[in-house]
Amino acid sequence: MAAQPGETGATAGTPIPKAQRAVFWNDPRVRGIFYQIIAVALIGGAVWWLASNTIANLNARNIATGFHFLGREAGFEIGENLIDYSPADTYFRALLVGVLNTLRVAVLGIILATLVGTIIGIARLSKNWLIAKLASIYVEVVRNIPLILQLFFWYSLITEFLPGPRDALNPMPGVFLSNRGLKFPLLAHEFAYDLALLLFAVGLIAAVVVGRWATKRQDATGRHFPTIWVNLGLIFGLPIVGWLLAGAPLTFNAPSLQGFNFVGGASLSPEFSALLLGLVIYTAGFIAEIVRSGIQAVGKGQTEASLSLGLTKGQTLRLIVMPQALRVIVPPMTSQYLNITKNSSLAVAIGFPDIVSVANTTLNQTGQAIEGVAIIMAVFLTISLSIATFMNWYNKHIALVER
Amino acid sequence: MTDSTISAIMPKPITGPLIWLRANLFANPFNILMTVLVVWFLAMSLPALLDWVLLDAVFQANNVRECRAAGSGACWAFIGEKHRLILFGLYPYDEQWRPMLVVLLLIAMVGVSCLRRFWTKWLAPMWVATLMIVGVLMWGGVLGLTYVENARWGGLPLTMILAFVAIAVAFPLGVLLALGRRSNLPAIRAICTIYIELVRGVPAVSLLFMASVMLPLLLPEGMSIDKLLRAQIALIVYASAYLAEVVRGGLQSLSKGQYEAADALGLTYWQKQRLIILPQALRITIPPLVNTLITVFKDTSLVVIIGLYDLMNAAKASFVDPAWRGSSIEAYVFVSLIYFAFCFFMSKYSQSIEKRLAKSQNR
Repeated sequence: MAAQPGETGATAGTPIPKAQRAVFWNDPRVRGIFYQIIAVALIGGAVWWLASNTIANLNARNIATGFHFLGREAGFEIGENLIDYSPADTYFRALLVGVLNTLRVAVLGIILATLVGTIIGIARLSKNWLIAKLASIYVEVVRNIPLILQLFFWYSLITEFLPGPRDALNPMPGVFLSNRGLKFPLLAHEFAYDLALLLFAVGLIAAVVVGRWATKRQDATGRHFPTIWVNLGLIFGLPIVGWLLAGAPLTFNAPSLQGFNFVGGASLSPEFSALLLGLVIYTAGFIAEIVRSGIQAVGKGQTEASLSLGLTKGQTLRLIVMPQALRVIVPPMTSQYLNITKNSSLAVAIGFPDIVSVANTTLNQTGQAIEGVAIIMAVFLTISLSIATFMNWYNKHIALVER
Repeated sequence: MTDSTISAIMPKPITGPLIWLRANLFANPFNILMTVLVVWFLAMSLPALLDWVLLDAVFQANNVRECRAAGSGACWAFIGEKHRLILFGLYPYDEQWRPMLVVLLLIAMVGVSCLRRFWTKWLAPMWVATLMIVGVLMWGGVLGLTYVENARWGGLPLTMILAFVAIAVAFPLGVLLALGRRSNLPAIRAICTIYIELVRGVPAVSLLFMASVMLPLLLPEGMSIDKLLRAQIALIVYASAYLAEVVRGGLQSLSKGQYEAADALGLTYWQKQRLIILPQALRITIPPLVNTLITVFKDTSLVVIIGLYDLMNAAKASFVDPAWRGSSIEAYVFVSLIYFAFCFFMSKYSQSIEKRLAKSQNR
């Protein structure tokens, strides 16, 4: 507020005589209010103009506004659905299927891209010249070609150049790769697997409890507790023990060729595979750069100091380097996660039924353009806000606490 | 100490190909293992790739069947046959020297803009003039050029025009939005923040959809804008929000003293921004600005979704021809190379600027 001469003059203690004071339209506060009124009036006027045009247009075309159409029968097929869906279901359910498909791609994409990107980011810093070079070529190629082009490329490769189901590639027993997508075996439903899953959840909770207890004890007594090994044992050991106790069954529901297509097992459609592959490969290139710059941001002195204090290499990485690198990594990583989610909307180009593609079909059928676009935007804004909120919470959690 | 005495004291650097190999490829057992794995991987994949690209590729054929019969590699004859369609879309064949000229002109202008010597107040007017010449060349209708409606524009010039016009219009808009978001006036700050966050929160695809299905509804009856302009508006809206955030980053990196000094000198708000703040803030933001330009250049390919024949869609259209069906990979590789060439150059340029800026700041 230093820009306001009237104010600074007044606080200086010597009241300025009224005659010398500037005219009121030179008062920055009055001007500020004036500009804001103009801006709001302009925006309001534009919105009013657009809204009245829209209402006139909708009336002329006999399109009713509102979301009543959501309750009507959709009448179109959706190729992939996580929940039961048939064309007789409502538009609302169709859109829900689309949202779930978007979320499925986004969640899997975020996990896989983080893994691949981290590996490639570390590879770029490798002392091995060949590996560093290969990783940097990967990053340059992937980042400089439009994502949609890469998606078309993978889709084309899968649908046109992979063999048909009859002579599908069979890289591992039970796994089939053909132009109908990827088929792989799934564990059949057994009690032992349910038990293992339950114990896995129990192990996770126990691990958190043990971790808290160990930190508290170390803070109080300075005694170290091998948290990592105990927790690994809890998380993975418990389910394995449970599975062994239940008789260690190994039954698969494997895909098999019957006639012209596969039966049984689980499958990834060509559209889903191409979308996931494209998103992961593309975003991993960006994540690799973020990881690399994060690691490079931690000064060499930190590692040296840590080693000279007698910490092992693993401890140095875990306790000294990673916490500092994460502070640099997390904010840009958040925007990459948002990008994956937003970019999953390119599914519409290769025919994967995500929310954009379902909403597009809906608005073409019903003519409810505004509502359709509003739904797309609302869904993405909700997802974006949720991811941003979570990542901000995590960022605060790891941020430097200054005294 | 002079350089010669230092070099006399220093031990001679131990170099040589063998030592380099040991340090960079065979430093420890893990490293050796990785090297062996990578070499094995390259030995498996590179020959196959070379066969496909060159040795088994077919350069002369009349249709895709002849191509596949003549060799198992890429069918580059397809590119020879269709490259004009991919590069220029449906632009009238005999007039395609005009879009060619447009492409060369824009590339030349990008080259000029990269040279520091030309960073003067004439650069912006030069770009405006260039874009006007581009318009004349593409549309025609004057100077004896036949008129070509913009529904027939396509290929590389369309991609470049979409990207450069989007940036040219969105840049001043982005600067204003960034200033608005940091303004002291709450109403203006709110408007700018909502705009930026709304646009950045939704995918570019939905903006394109919005432009293509909602704009006709939003405008009064009788007033209609064509597909190209709609896509252009969507790209401008999209680019301006991202540019605004880039510029805001630059504004935030300036120390408070700069603002206070400008205020103390009695400069008005716009004088302060024009003479003190923006010249410094924009210089810092050149590398991220170039990165945004790359993003926008790549994202022009999204207009495929609303059916414009940009480089991407022209490539897709090129293998629809029954005689060449199944040549999609060749088409995609060809346009990938074009996109890559542009984006790679721009990203290298942005990195070099970044290095130079870092040097000048560490002085």
